[in-house]
Amino acid sequence: MGDTSNDSIKPERIIFVTVGTTCFDALVRVVDTLEVRQELFNEGYTHLLIQMGRGSYIPTKSSGEGGCLAVDYFTFSSSIADNLRSASLVISHAGSGSIFETLKLGKPLIVVVNEDLMDNHQSELAEELAERKHLFYARPQTLLDTIKGMTLETLIPYHPGDAKPVAKLINGFLGFPDD
Amino acid sequence: MEKGINCCFSAMMTNSYTFVITSIAAFIVMRVLYVIYWSGKPLCTKPAKPFSTLIVLGSGGHTAEMLNLLSVLNTDRFAPRFYIAAATDNMSLQKARLFENSLIDKTGVVENAQFMQIYRSREVGQSYLTSVGTTLIAITHALWLMIKIRPQVIICNGPGTCVPLCVIAFLFKVVGIRWSSTFYVESIARVKRLSLSGLLLYQLRMADQFFVQWPQLQKKYPRAHHVGCLM
Repeated sequence: MGDTSNDSIKPERIIFVTVGTTCFDALVRVVDTLEVRQELFNEGYTHLLIQMGRGSYIPTKSSGEGGCLAVDYFTFSSSIADNLRSASLVISHAGSGSIFETLKLGKPLIVVVNEDLMDNHQSELAEELAERKHLFYARPQTLLDTIKGMTLETLIPYHPGDAKPVAKLINGFLGFPDD
Repeated sequence: MEKGINCCFSAMMTNSYTFVITSIAAFIVMRVLYVIYWSGKPLCTKPAKPFSTLIVLGSGGHTAEMLNLLSVLNTDRFAPRFYIAAATDNMSLQKARLFENSLIDKTGVVENAQFMQIYRSREVGQSYLTSVGTTLIAITHALWLMIKIRPQVIICNGPGTCVPLCVIAFLFKVVGIRWSSTFYVESIARVKRLSLSGLLLYQLRMADQFFVQWPQLQKKYPRAHHVGCLM
């Protein structure tokens, strides 16, 4: 609270990193590298908050004094909705829950695919949404290049889907009239 | 002489055994084909009562998608509702409870739902040898739950636990215990390839209606309905 004067000069811009309930040390490790932290700071971000899940790699905390990014982390929380809402950029694992929660809030999103997973079907969804320009797609090794090369303005907002067509077909099949 | 008669008699017996077994097999095959033929067809009679409904939940996005679908269905038509989730998944049933509570708040109707857990045949990372035993336990448990519920409608979207439940529902149709309609919605995470659960239920024709959320999948699996993204 002591540096409110600082805040008024430079507004808070938070990057929120989330791995859900998984263990994704490769992602936590890469956002914790000096290069990535420095690049994010240069892009105008002030805080890095990491939800690290079941991972064992502990990122280095930083108070953010002296011209660098403030870094903090936690393992789990019952809801990350508030974290997503206050973020200016979200870096997430490829879980569909995190992806759609972020997109529905209209936040810029980089999805990083966990290549250590055996059945890596999750990359399909991230790739498809990246092709449709709703998010950026990266692997842990390419995250730094993605951050350097991305223009957030090129992203197209995601319009939430609709379950009504399914409901209509189910009702029709069972002989219920349309609502 | 006697030996010859015996020989003749045993030959006849074998023949009649073969005949009986073939007839039973033919009957079962006919019945299975009959059930498959009628399974994809819409129900002819107008429903007079709500359908008892089994809803299969699962972590990793399945539950969120399912609740999204339930929120646009008229739940009065699907009652009572039985929610099933894997025994190791404690979040999904909690989310379903929250959904049911929100229904009570909205409509004031008394809760008409039950929540159940089911053993999984194989946990992530479990060895294949021990999974033979756990699969047997899981199938027995699924059968027990299905005998108790005997649902008329099953809605599922891909967690592995839904396969034994759908297979048992199909067997109930064949045997004549209960006719049911199974709706399978492939998860939004599946863009190019079906999940193993989806592939099994599609190929075995055990889902009465099969929905996919991406057009690429509908091209590959023409019997599926493309319904667009649910999320």
